[in-house]
Amino acid sequence: MREYDDDDAVDFVIVGAGAGGATLACKLAEAGFSVVVLEAGPFWRPLEDFASDEEAQQQLYWLEERLSGGTDALALGGNNSGWGVGGSTVHFSMISLRFRPEWFRSRSQLGYGFDWPITYDDLAPYYDEAERALAVSGPVRYPWGPPRRRYPYREHEMNAAGLVLARGADKMGIEWSAVPLATVSAPRGKSPPCVYRGFCNFGCATNAKQSALIVWIPRALAAGAEVRDLAMAGRIELGADGRAAGVHYRRNDAWRFQRARNVVVAGYAIETPRLLLNSACGRFPQGLANGSGLVGTHLTTHAGPGVWARFDEAIRWYKGPPNMAVCEHWNYTDAGKDFHGGYAFMSQGPLPRAWAQLLVTERHLWGMALRREMADYNHMAGLVAVAETEPRACNRVALADVRDRHGLPVAHVTFEYAANDRRMQDHARRFMGEMLAAAGGKDTWTSDDTSHILGTCRMGSDRETSVVDADGRSWDVDNLWICDGSLFPTAGGVNPSLTIQALACRMGARIQALAARGEL
Amino acid sequence: MNEDAPTARFPGYDVLAKWDSPSFDGITRKTLAARLDDVPPRRWLTQDEWDLLDAINARLLPQPDRAQPIPITPWIDAMLHDDRGEGYRHPDMPPLRAAWRQGLAAVDDEARRLLDRPFVRLDADAQDAVLHALEGGRAVSPGWQGLDAQRFFIHHLLKTAAGFYYAHPLAWNEIGFGGPANPRGYVRLGFDSRDPWEAKEAR
Repeated sequence: MREYDDDDAVDFVIVGAGAGGATLACKLAEAGFSVVVLEAGPFWRPLEDFASDEEAQQQLYWLEERLSGGTDALALGGNNSGWGVGGSTVHFSMISLRFRPEWFRSRSQLGYGFDWPITYDDLAPYYDEAERALAVSGPVRYPWGPPRRRYPYREHEMNAAGLVLARGADKMGIEWSAVPLATVSAPRGKSPPCVYRGFCNFGCATNAKQSALIVWIPRALAAGAEVRDLAMAGRIELGADGRAAGVHYRRNDAWRFQRARNVVVAGYAIETPRLLLNSACGRFPQGLANGSGLVGTHLTTHAGPGVWARFDEAIRWYKGPPNMAVCEHWNYTDAGKDFHGGYAFMSQGPLPRAWAQLLVTERHLWGMALRREMADYNHMAGLVAVAETEPRACNRVALADVRDRHGLPVAHVTFEYAANDRRMQDHARRFMGEMLAAAGGKDTWTSDDTSHILGTCRMGSDRETSVVDADGRSWDVDNLWICDGSLFPTAGGVNPSLTIQALACRMGARIQALAARGEL
Repeated sequence: MNEDAPTARFPGYDVLAKWDSPSFDGITRKTLAARLDDVPPRRWLTQDEWDLLDAINARLLPQPDRAQPIPITPWIDAMLHDDRGEGYRHPDMPPLRAAWRQGLAAVDDEARRLLDRPFVRLDADAQDAVLHALEGGRAVSPGWQGLDAQRFFIHHLLKTAAGFYYAHPLAWNEIGFGGPANPRGYVRLGFDSRDPWEAKEAR
């Protein structure tokens, strides 16, 4: 790996090595820019570091202190955050779905949320690029969305947990599909095909999973980028000229300063606004690049209402990727809804520790009642939604009085569902419950959860109503960029990682074009 | 409360029988060897707190069917010793260690107020009554000042204990979980299908 000195003013210093930062690092390094990536967590070696063990693999999550409150306080940590090179793609479920085209115009075409400053057609070539880069394994014909090219790899064999969704959907006359997954169904380079060991949410120990750690980081390194792990960014320095001069970061208990011509923040929707707020200075007392006052606001998540049932057949849902079948019916159907926005839902495959913790937090089971319920583990199946929530100013990331081990104020996250969010979840629970019953499920019960955090530094068409422009470039500080899920004006009803990577690919191309015109 | 342990659904299944097979890789063997053989000593809790927590865990996950119960208390002590949390806390809750210290003291005070005895000296039914009071939001001890009793019971005591219990291979045997499977993985994925290295259910 090429290494730079702190005093080398590199073209780009990127904070965060997840879906946004790793992808952009690759694209910029391949375009010939000098790049240093600062990552708070370690540089994982999957074959040596990833035990097949839920408890030990909690190490993949951001476990530093955060406060999370509000009427519907979000669970953070394992739910939605990564720690280490690859970020949350190291433990994501590999679900690789595109946004519905109309969502990029949700305000003007669908009547809710905010319009994006780009259209689906702007992003479509980069969705193609990201799907090829991840060698997404998907069905020959995906039932929803505009016509598209074939997925690079064939779909995986469906597990019984997914066949439950399929059987229920068929009985109801509703479309279903194999999930397009970023884990290979045939050999690819150093990746053997997925062996269906089922620990995907705890790190893939075979490298079948096409995470940012496996896909983008090796390409970035080959193109000359440096990835500096265990480097916690604390503050972005603003020069006298009003441009970002570099990033103060802590490594090996010492504060250091990396100079750079451009700074990219890619810490995901909590750490990104936190870093900007912690970088307040004379010129930006409310947080760096926060002339709009919007940094940290309009946090959205995906509500994850779940429905669970017992089946006569053995399901053994620990086998295979955790989410193999999907129904996007309510993302693409607008008639007959009592809510705006959309949701997808998928089949499930929690491992024992996660399943037990769901039983205790949702049903308050303990004692022998818990052990007896757990004995049905191999006969359970469930459906969980990825339901878009409304972007609202009151849901936000701010700074707390509490400080972390680096002396930095931690994030204080506040969240409350809107009435529409609740109607959508009620709808999802009813519909998924019907489907599980149609599939033969018994003793159905429901749960609540959330996943993914988005939208705290949204992109937009003008400086009054957004933090960055369509290229992820700050309206206030023109060599400061954001590249992660913070950019999303609306959350859409699908998992965000493919869209984050497509946006990063597009940003890479745009930055190249701007540089060629002398506009960096 | 019904004290019957679940009937053996997967008789004879021992996930550790796969230890030397292609289902267990080196790092997994190392991780599980530590869980089985290196149960940590008491380092953070006081002896009284440890005894109290052990009594609570014996009600949350009773194991009358095991001569050697799955250890839970030592792993909670290790978690507190390392100050290793979940990555977030409610603004109304104290930091991890402070919450456990205050919460354990409050459980004991709750027992004394309800039944005039320390928790460890109550019989199982009385202990369950105390825990049901916490679960049901009926706690009365002033020791809960600044600490939500129900949230402490569900999200600290119960969720943590369940997490450690079901991270143990004996618990995997009990529920028929296939367990580690790297690099061999699984081949038969459909309804009612079982690879030869998976648990066989008694039906």
